[in-house]
Amino acid sequence: MERPGAFGLTVGLSIGLSAALGGCTTGDLPMNYLRTFGARGDPITALTWGLLVQSIVVVVLVSLAVILGIYLRRSRFEHPEGEREPLVRRSGGITFIGVGIALTLVALLGSTVWTVATLAAINDPPSDPPLTIAVRGQQWWWKVTYKGSPDQQFETANEIHIPVGEPVRLELTTGDVIHSFWVPSLGARMDLIPGQTNVTWMEANRPGIYRGQCAEYCGKQHAHMALRVVADPPDQFQKWRQNQLRPAAEPAAEIAAFGAERFLLRCGACHTVRGTPAGGGVGPDLTHLMSRGSIAADTLPNTPGHLAGWIADPQAIKPGNRMPKVDISGPELTGIRTYLETLR
Amino acid sequence: MAVTEYDRAPLVEESTTDSPLARKLEALWETEPGIVGFFTTVDHKKIGIRYIVTAFAFLVVGGLEALVMRIQLARPNMTLLTPEQYDQLFSMHGLTMIFLYALPILSGFSNYLFPLLLGSRDMAFPRLNAFSYWVYLASGIFIYASFAMGHGANDGWFNYVPYALKAYNPGPNMDFYALGMVFLGISTTVGSANFIVTAFRTRAPGMSINRLPIMTWGTLTVSFGNLFAVPSVSLAFFLLWMDRQLGTHFYDTTADGQPLLWQHLFWMFAHPWVYVIVLPAMGMVSDGLPTFCRRPLVGYTAVVLSTVATMVLGFGVWLHHMFATGLPFLALSFFSGSSFIITIPSAVAVFAWIATIWTGRPVITTAFLYFASFIAMFTIGGVSGVMTASVPADFQLTDTYFVVAHIHYVLIGINLFGVLGGLYFWFPKMTGRMLSERLGRWNFWITFIGFNLGFLPMHLTGLFGMPRRIYTYPPDLGWNTLNLVTTVGAFMLAFGILLLFVNIFHSLRHGRIAGPNPWDGPSLEWAVPSPPPPYNFAVIPVVASRHPLWEKRLGEGIGESSVARGLVLDHGKETIGTTVLDAQPDVILKMPEDSWSPFTVTLGMSVGFTGLILTYWTPYGWAAAAAGLVLTGLGVLVWLWPERKLGQVAEHAHA
Repeated sequence: MERPGAFGLTVGLSIGLSAALGGCTTGDLPMNYLRTFGARGDPITALTWGLLVQSIVVVVLVSLAVILGIYLRRSRFEHPEGEREPLVRRSGGITFIGVGIALTLVALLGSTVWTVATLAAINDPPSDPPLTIAVRGQQWWWKVTYKGSPDQQFETANEIHIPVGEPVRLELTTGDVIHSFWVPSLGARMDLIPGQTNVTWMEANRPGIYRGQCAEYCGKQHAHMALRVVADPPDQFQKWRQNQLRPAAEPAAEIAAFGAERFLLRCGACHTVRGTPAGGGVGPDLTHLMSRGSIAADTLPNTPGHLAGWIADPQAIKPGNRMPKVDISGPELTGIRTYLETLR
Repeated sequence: MAVTEYDRAPLVEESTTDSPLARKLEALWETEPGIVGFFTTVDHKKIGIRYIVTAFAFLVVGGLEALVMRIQLARPNMTLLTPEQYDQLFSMHGLTMIFLYALPILSGFSNYLFPLLLGSRDMAFPRLNAFSYWVYLASGIFIYASFAMGHGANDGWFNYVPYALKAYNPGPNMDFYALGMVFLGISTTVGSANFIVTAFRTRAPGMSINRLPIMTWGTLTVSFGNLFAVPSVSLAFFLLWMDRQLGTHFYDTTADGQPLLWQHLFWMFAHPWVYVIVLPAMGMVSDGLPTFCRRPLVGYTAVVLSTVATMVLGFGVWLHHMFATGLPFLALSFFSGSSFIITIPSAVAVFAWIATIWTGRPVITTAFLYFASFIAMFTIGGVSGVMTASVPADFQLTDTYFVVAHIHYVLIGINLFGVLGGLYFWFPKMTGRMLSERLGRWNFWITFIGFNLGFLPMHLTGLFGMPRRIYTYPPDLGWNTLNLVTTVGAFMLAFGILLLFVNIFHSLRHGRIAGPNPWDGPSLEWAVPSPPPPYNFAVIPVVASRHPLWEKRLGEGIGESSVARGLVLDHGKETIGTTVLDAQPDVILKMPEDSWSPFTVTLGMSVGFTGLILTYWTPYGWAAAAAGLVLTGLGVLVWLWPERKLGQVAEHAHA
């Protein structure tokens, strides 16, 4: 169920659009962009609020003008004597247009200046980003490559870790149709278009998990093409990064070893686990699967139960996705799941 | 008739609807009853009503599609629909409302009203008019045939490539949509040409260009817009179909094609289209609202100029649908600026309406309520449009439910509300009976509250980050309550529309008899009986002011309009042709009889398009397509076969 905080906020904003938003965390409304966290999102959010307030004021004023005008000037079409309300020819109406347009011009001019200023402010990151991440959209998941010299480069999927307080350069491409990379609470948004590399950046100014989602319709599972951006304190980020660079460890337990063998046979054509012969590139790299908080492009939390359910019948969870339902036995399933759990 | 006269000065006489002249005209202009008349009629009033009925039918279908989607979205993780079903529903809903309802309904009103507003007897090209309707109907059926077969369009109404290409969308879904849109484009194009010529050349003598009703200005303006915009979308869809079926590579990056080409071609059409489907509705408000405010519209010239300006500017803002595609800073700033500027002409209309209310004596009727609430709905749709015009804000807003809310305030608020007001306003003219005011109030308030309950909170759904076009959503993102509210609102809106139909069917039989001018309206359509006779005006009226039926009371105009006394044109089907600006009498126009040609040519074209779609399954489709081409050619030949009695100039006698 929806948390009461979100419900309260919904009602609160619906009625008076109160500034109750200060009391809200990303936890209640993970995709909300009326509050952002970082140098990319914050100027956008200020502008969005400004335009929103301006819009509400305009709508209220115009509605009041209509209602008040009708109330003050109303008449009856047919009077009791059967006569019609006579026609009126009052002048002075044109003043309304003159004043109205003057006010509109001022508002528009202000909006334009603010817009262009904001656009200039977010066009480039405040400092040169040390980290470049390539994100490649696929139907319906995100392939994430941390760029660097060959020994520093690695691949992961659907969960992007970034260091807090540091702008990150994003290189966006697509492997198939148009997608759109969007992390609302960081203000990061850009389409992924075949035949071109779009470059943008993002930054988080406090640690946390920021949810993102594909924002351009891309087919049957567009609804389940989400991602997570995890902003870590710098030292924690370095630890994560070092771990990601390592190949997968050899499974120790017998059942996991059996699982590894079956994994190679059943899954290796599509998935990569670095350090093993499994080197497929169709699905996400699973080398450090257990370091991720969710599976299936942030569709399910990454728990053993969900993992087993996903392997057993991915089509039930994300109908139409590219991972086929494979006929596997119970022991096989247990083995593969146990093996995957070793990929930390 | 043995002799056709090419030069004569028509008599000027007084006449009413029960004079011998009227009886003669009745015999000349009447459509044959029964099935033959049904297929052959070129009467603009019959065609207009057909347009309206058909467009409302599509509105109902599109509405039902929306209700099914709203059930699916009422709660998180619902499984009423499969993803594919949902994708087809939202695509069909969008294209139905935008292409098969929104413009055709306005064309219907314009078709019905143009000759009546202009003091003429039919559209300039009556057969073309019938043709435009038949093609609209045929292309609508064509597009819906796909849905009935389970192959409905499934890539949204704007249909981005490469998802629409064969590699990702192998079924016939996209071929139906692409060919259907090319087909429909023919209807829009010929219809637009007809409106332009009608508005320019068949006005009553004296109805100079500055005396045109605003609604006529709206349709005239958007018809010009269509002539420039529709080729772009027809081309886009034709290239798409060729990419899919003939192996070309216009959009295919693997062979150096360019997916953004689709977006440019599509939005170069589709942004102007947004104004195409609102300007005539705004015109209806600009004509209807003042009637109920008991005064002429404030700022006629300003409103007319802003109508035209909106359309012109509308061609310079298409890029604002593509702000997130990775455009350079300069392009972003420019198109952001142009999108802001287009607010100005819209604001002119809003303040003109408000001024009309404040300086008039508004009488509250259902039609007035629709027109007055239109102003507020227009403003909401307008300011949310301004927000999306701001590039950085749009980075967040675009493709969320905020945009969905915006487009619904545009389409329902600025199109449907104007149309419903127009319906209450002109229904008496069309049928001779008034719609019930009592049912009308229920209809209005339930529609109004349902719509706003459904779509005002939807802005917030968007600000809370819900992307559009997702068939379901998880429960922990804070969208549950809002979606439930929207679903409730949508059903309430649907109930309101249901009441409208109840009112229509009730009033058709039991409504109060309207008489020629139940609202005491100012323009020429109110001078003729309700419903008007087939020939509209027994004598062609002469106009001396902007408000022929009000001018005496307003002390307006030079000289006096004359409605009962005017030009007698009874040598066969005739109407008057006048000059473009001043509406000086210029020529007596010979009008065609009822004809099978519009229907048969449409049939030939339908065979052709069906053949093209059949090529998806069998190469014999090409044979059918060729047969369709031949049939169409023959049909056009028959249609255009010269007829002496339609001759506008005398052939020079051979010496």
